Amino acid sequence: MKALQRNIPFLATLSVCVLLYMAAGVKYEGFFSARVLLNFLSDNAVLGVAAIGLTFVILSGGIDLSVGSVVGLVSIVLAILVDGTGLPPTLAIALVLAGGTIFGAGMGTLIHYYALPAFLVTLGGMFFARGLGFMIKLESMPITKLNAIVDGMTVSLGERYELPATALVFLVLLALAIGVAHFTRFGRNVYAVGGSEPSAVLMGLPVARTKVGVYALSGFCSALAGVVYTFYTSSGNPTAGTGLELDAIAAVVVGGTLLSGGVGLVAGTLIGVLIFGMIQTIITFQGNINSWWTRIIIGLLLLAFILLQKVIQSKKLRTH
Amino acid sequence: MTRVFRTVTWRKLQWPLLALALVLLFNLAFTKDFFEFTVRDGRLYGSVVDIFNRAAPVMLLALGMTLVIATGGVDLSVGAVMAISGATAALLITKADPGVPAVIAASLGIALVAGIWNGILVGVFQVPPIVATLILMVSGRGIAQLLTGGQIITFQNRALEFIGRGSFLGLPFTMTLVLLVFLIVVFLQTKTAAGLFIESTGDNETASRYAGVNTRAVKLMVYSFCALCAGIAGLIVTTNIAAADANNAGLWLELDAILATVIGGTALTGGRFYPLGSIVGAILIQTLTTTILTKGVPVEFTLVVKAVVIIAVCLLQSEEFRKLVWRRKVAA
Repeated sequence: MKALQRNIPFLATLSVCVLLYMAAGVKYEGFFSARVLLNFLSDNAVLGVAAIGLTFVILSGGIDLSVGSVVGLVSIVLAILVDGTGLPPTLAIALVLAGGTIFGAGMGTLIHYYALPAFLVTLGGMFFARGLGFMIKLESMPITKLNAIVDGMTVSLGERYELPATALVFLVLLALAIGVAHFTRFGRNVYAVGGSEPSAVLMGLPVARTKVGVYALSGFCSALAGVVYTFYTSSGNPTAGTGLELDAIAAVVVGGTLLSGGVGLVAGTLIGVLIFGMIQTIITFQGNINSWWTRIIIGLLLLAFILLQKVIQSKKLRTH
Repeated sequence: MTRVFRTVTWRKLQWPLLALALVLLFNLAFTKDFFEFTVRDGRLYGSVVDIFNRAAPVMLLALGMTLVIATGGVDLSVGAVMAISGATAALLITKADPGVPAVIAASLGIALVAGIWNGILVGVFQVPPIVATLILMVSGRGIAQLLTGGQIITFQNRALEFIGRGSFLGLPFTMTLVLLVFLIVVFLQTKTAAGLFIESTGDNETASRYAGVNTRAVKLMVYSFCALCAGIAGLIVTTNIAAADANNAGLWLELDAILATVIGGTALTGGRFYPLGSIVGAILIQTLTTTILTKGVPVEFTLVVKAVVIIAVCLLQSEEFRKLVWRRKVAA
């Protein structure tokens, strides 16, 4: 019963997602096709990968505003490394992923050891990464040398369908992230720190390592999202991921993770991202709605879920 | 007032003023004609005047943001509110033209509604401020886009354009607006109990409530005031270019406003607030931007500079960092 109560936000999100999918499937011809479903995954892979990293940060009670800017920075750096310097693509990808991880760990260090507000530090990180990206190169540049990797990672599903590399990265990361969150010591520590940091300290949990690790993980995921973006568009673009941090926060919250930390599921973030993608796809299918409704509807969904969380929290307080 | 000025405010103002002085000294030495003033058509022109004029929207946002941050909150939606108020003004003046006062009243009224919305979410429903204002930040720009139909609405109306372009007493009219709002904030802070209520709400909300402070009403008030400031800033930006650009009006300005407030000495955790500090912070940001532009450095560099400034200010305010530096000095 208790497990059920804790997962009410997730269950609510799941039912919204299923209802939305059913309603759209009934209303629009061709919505139920496997192709549309595969497109959900590949079109939202950048958002999804970034949101998975952010889920850990939010679970630990923090926030990371730098994800979008890191996507842009990684995308342009990767393009230059591969096309400009002729580095082997796999080595270049490993380099940018390591860079993103170090960047995140640096922010985590500032946040934990100097007790700085996560909001401001990652805001600084956001400005820094975006500015650096623009200073490296102002325009987007096409790259073709990654195509071999992208083709190599495409999984064929029967004769007619294939799982694009971007969707594959998203799904593999999702599986790994669920494993890390629920079956490792690090994952348990993240929940403990988010639930109550002083208690975690008193229990002797490695709070410093966990907090720095969470931001490093988010930096890694943002960098991976940048790589996915570069795969998806076959180009490096310093403006990539503008505003992505907000979409990612929205996806995590709609996915049932409490912004106060400690409660939530990585799987919920997948549902949040799918709802995000579905609303966009429905607006495309409808054809005559202004695409700006996407943002308004996301705002309304955010509102609904936040109020739902409030209701659950206040009930919890009363039962205690 | 003078007592407060001499003690706390001055100590908080040291760092931003020092930074500002350094940037100005740099300009005195290396930028030609930076401190030149010319009078044309009864209006003062020059780089310094230009900095004040360009910093006006951020100064207004920072004043509103200062009160919100003083209660321990933050308002991420100010940029979106700017876009909405600008779009409302442009739409009304081109489609209906009910007269300039009505247009101003309508766009400020809509901004106020946005602020009350934020205030109700934060004050009444106790939603964390970052999340509550995130809702309007995400959807507000969509609302502005719907108002303008996704187009950039241009208009011609000399009276309305006066807000963003006009001059008053030989100075840009925007400076008069900033001064007015600043005086209102200082009046609230020093001559009424509102300032005390705001500070006590930020210091310890529970204790304030037990002491009889209506913290909900305080929050409702500061978010409304902040949105009103954003509405004025939106009018300035829109009437300055005589066009409502729902996509770019006020984009990222919420971050500049937060930065200006924090540079000015108001801590993100709430409590004491320093309106003059926020004004200095906003001027510092704009002076940096203008300096970088006039030196021919790519404008993108400002982002990196801002990042360094944010982290530096945070570290200076951090107890842990001070302890570390202090301990090292003792060891050496």
